[in-house]
Amino acid sequence: MLLLIQYTLIFASVLLLVALGGCISEHSGIINLGLEGIMVVGALGGALVMRNFYTLPPALMVILALLAAALLGMLYSCLLGVASIHFKADQTLVGTAMNLLATAACTVFVKAINTAANPDDHSSEIEYVAGRKMFIVNINGFEFNWFMLVAIIAVVLVYIFLYKNKLGLRLMACGEHPQAADSVGISVVKMRWTGVLISGALAGLGGLCYILAGVSLWKFENGVAGFGFLALAVMIFGQWKPGRIAVAALIFGLFRALSNTYVGFPFLKALNIPSNVYNMMPYIVCLIVLAFASKNSAAPKAEGIPYDKGQR
Amino acid sequence: MQAAKDTKRPRRTGIIAAILRIPAVQTILASLMCVLAGLLIGYIVLLFINPQGAGESIINVIKNFFTWKRPQQQLKQFGNTLAKTIPLIMCSLSILFSYKVGLFNIGTAGQYVAGACASLYAALAWGWSWLPCMLFALVAGALLGAIVGALKVYCNVNEVISGIMLNWIALYTTNTILTEVKEKASPYTMYFKDVNNKGALLPNLGLDKLFNNNSYVTIAVPLCLIIAIAITIILSKTRFGYELKATGNNKNAAKYAGMAENRNIILTLMISGALAGLGASMLYQTGYMRWECTMSSVPAMGFNGIAAAFLGGLNPIGAIFSSFFIQHITDGGQYVNTNFYSSQISDVISSIIIYLCGFVLFIKLTMNRAIARSKEKKEAKK
Repeated sequence: MLLLIQYTLIFASVLLLVALGGCISEHSGIINLGLEGIMVVGALGGALVMRNFYTLPPALMVILALLAAALLGMLYSCLLGVASIHFKADQTLVGTAMNLLATAACTVFVKAINTAANPDDHSSEIEYVAGRKMFIVNINGFEFNWFMLVAIIAVVLVYIFLYKNKLGLRLMACGEHPQAADSVGISVVKMRWTGVLISGALAGLGGLCYILAGVSLWKFENGVAGFGFLALAVMIFGQWKPGRIAVAALIFGLFRALSNTYVGFPFLKALNIPSNVYNMMPYIVCLIVLAFASKNSAAPKAEGIPYDKGQR
Repeated sequence: MQAAKDTKRPRRTGIIAAILRIPAVQTILASLMCVLAGLLIGYIVLLFINPQGAGESIINVIKNFFTWKRPQQQLKQFGNTLAKTIPLIMCSLSILFSYKVGLFNIGTAGQYVAGACASLYAALAWGWSWLPCMLFALVAGALLGAIVGALKVYCNVNEVISGIMLNWIALYTTNTILTEVKEKASPYTMYFKDVNNKGALLPNLGLDKLFNNNSYVTIAVPLCLIIAIAITIILSKTRFGYELKATGNNKNAAKYAGMAENRNIILTLMISGALAGLGASMLYQTGYMRWECTMSSVPAMGFNGIAAAFLGGLNPIGAIFSSFFIQHITDGGQYVNTNFYSSQISDVISSIIIYLCGFVLFIKLTMNRAIARSKEKKEAKK
């Protein structure tokens, strides 16, 4: 049971961070379908820090890993920013390309450094046993991960940013009616860049959190198994509002955690359902939830539409 | 709109400018630019990893089967690339068909998986012959497409997200179902000959003789070309195709003009899914590949289809060439010097090409502006 709670909380943290990223980006008017790719890149940054700097004091190492993940995520999200803000590219296409590119490029990169270190090593894996330990505080068998705290802080900050802050309110105006925002002197380009970069940082953190969830060895060929898209579903279910997104993330986290821990429940094990069914569970629940939640969508009005000054 | 403008202007500019103004030429040029830029970036990545063998490796990626010395071997490898190009063409047709209605069917990957599941299970468990297996794969793909369409129309679910979810659901379902017909000692499904059902293999029609007896070159090749032509005709010459494009351009205007937009959306995604499902059967029923029942990620075929569709300028005939190119460099990835590099470098190249395809609109715009400017200059001189 403790294990189920632990996994639920950690997967919920992943979904929460990434969904908040998607939420801010969409409020500024850019659909960020590249979240999945940004997660992979962020995970790479964090994993590299954990592998190379595990001799540092734990607090410093944790902060460094978080910074690396957020920074690389922001950097990678620039690909989306440049294409969709300045070149009016199709945001769906660019996002998809980013997802494919991230997995391929990270695999090539990790394989290259592994092979450079040891000519016989052609794997795309990074190991970070020591680094992972620094993220975890063991309380009577319950593994508290610092990321759970980071996620809670992120919700509060995003809430304050969006609703109690001039910048956030202006950013949301650009997602609702950019022409109107522009007419009162708000720079749409600047606001959209802010949205994209913040979403990049949050998704990068989410990616690092994801690879810390259960393992201390990550194979970069695998990517993050659709978590970026699950996070988008969490965002839609949460109606683009930080508080509701947190609740949605907990529900989805629970279903994802079940596939890791169902063996520990005698009554679930007795049902003898194949493990593939549990693997499918989060995606099925997501579809059903979306079917009900999407009807009355509170999506930002101008999301996905390139800003055109001449349009009224 | 472009054409209307052209007729008004006096035809004094050079032939080159006139040719450059043809939309098809612009599309081809833009695609070539994307390809060149993609290869260049791939080369730079290789240079960064290890400058020593970078040039040779990128050339091997481009050469693919030509890296073999004997012409007989080259032909055989060419056949293999061709066999894998067929499902890719089908996937890119699937993507571009739905994109004409303004839908981004990323679920193609899952519909492809469903097709593989249906055709393999029918062949191995029920002993069906090749044609029914193919049709069953078609139905399975169409069904999955219909779910995406129904969710879009009736529940307003974004087709990209529902598509991704269905991809994973399809993958795990397929793994579960095909485990029943897998070999005992390996995670792979059985060969058709193991269940005495060689009839499930697609007939060769003598095409294998052309490729040094490569039995993977089958009826799928001509069939796929016929389908590509059929899609072109449907899109450009029929009322249904016109309605689809109208719905894609402006949904509300199409509705106002009395077109059944909801029916069109579902039907489009069904056809799109059917194409992907059929594509899978065209690969797995050649015997070239078997399904691995412990697969933990969705096969890349559907996603590469996106690259091929956009690189081909969203034109069915263009998709044939771009699919071959994408498969060509994907296969070429195995000829890089694996002492330094990994074969995924070709995935990097193709994903960069997709990314750059997002800029095609901008490239065309710049081309038109440059032509207009040079023309103005010439006229000013006169």
